[in-house]
Amino acid sequence: MGLSNKNKEILIGPLSKNNPVIIQMLGICSALAVTSKLEPSIVMAVSVTAVVAFANVIISLLRNTIPARIRIIVQLVVVAALVTIVSEVLKAFAFDVNKQLSVFVGLIITNCILMGRLEAFALGNGPWESFLDGLGNGLGYGIILVVIGFFRELLGSGILLGFQVIPDVFYQWGYVNNGLMILPPMALIVVAVIIWVHRSGNKNLQEN
Amino acid sequence: MEELLSTFVRAVFVDNMLFAYYLGMCSFLAVSKNVKTALGLGIAVTFILVCTLPINYMLENYVLKEGALSWLGTGYQEVNLSFLSLLIFIAVIASFTQLVEMVIERFAPALYASLGIFLPLIAVNCAILGASLFMQQKAFDNAGVVTVYGLGSGIGWLLAIVGMAAIREKLTYSNIPKPLKGLGITFIITGLMGMGFMCFSGLKI
Repeated sequence: MGLSNKNKEILIGPLSKNNPVIIQMLGICSALAVTSKLEPSIVMAVSVTAVVAFANVIISLLRNTIPARIRIIVQLVVVAALVTIVSEVLKAFAFDVNKQLSVFVGLIITNCILMGRLEAFALGNGPWESFLDGLGNGLGYGIILVVIGFFRELLGSGILLGFQVIPDVFYQWGYVNNGLMILPPMALIVVAVIIWVHRSGNKNLQEN
Repeated sequence: MEELLSTFVRAVFVDNMLFAYYLGMCSFLAVSKNVKTALGLGIAVTFILVCTLPINYMLENYVLKEGALSWLGTGYQEVNLSFLSLLIFIAVIASFTQLVEMVIERFAPALYASLGIFLPLIAVNCAILGASLFMQQKAFDNAGVVTVYGLGSGIGWLLAIVGMAAIREKLTYSNIPKPLKGLGITFIITGLMGMGFMCFSGLKI
């Protein structure tokens, strides 16, 4: 499948230099709240990617028929319908994870990535580009989620996806899990460190 | 009375929307650059929370919950509309936001201009939908407690954003490593404030 350069840019851009979480500051709430373990982070990333991609396509198809004044409500309805589908699917096939995510599945509706991308991209571009944009942004969001979830679960509980990673020998030598990593405030600090590392490599992204 | 007070204190300090659940983070980071704007947004959010929570509570208990429609007649006893709750809640919130937007535009044009895009985006402020979803989960006793819970959550959020704005105003003069400037340092400060708020956990009245 060949993608034109512009489309490739739309798809790849959000993964790093235009990342929704650490550059555009979108979708931070859920990025922080569900990442104390890796598994919910992955489920959340997949759900959000699906919702963003399809919401982008639908709004892009409708973009010429929506009156500008009521567009936010129309967008919310489309998103809410998609999220309802996702939440029913999760309830049916991944009940445990759905329990862990609790209200945050419903909160995908208010995930700023959705609104941001719908407003900034889908309203002005065709369905195929919008689909790629949604996919790219969803993946960009997913990467950050998975990285945060990885470090928090590894350092906080010494396990990944339920399997023990840090060998028992370490514990005998006096290694202790850092319980602080599981608590809410550390998620913010992990994000800050990601931003620090990312911006040290990309000088042009630094703020003055 | 005691229940109201304890719900309020818990909502403000222990279950602070921002520091305990990270709800409303997006506008928190974007609008906390000066105290005045932050205060305006905080008040708008609190107002919308206080208005929408009781309405959503009523809808939840008399329309959406399983068996909630039984007041219509015995035939409706088994109707369960809870899968519609997301749609209904967000519709209520969006229409209230529209209302507040019109009021602010009319009576405080300066605030309207400084809030910009973040005013209509209150509709998608996670703190507000989040409070409705927590309300659904916690199953409060009556609408009064729910209103107080809304007020508490709003004030907790307001405290957080005003505090943050005050810190950020001072921060302009400090010497921060370049890659951390702006967003990065804001995250770290929020984390530290969150740790401070953790001291309240376990607080009981």
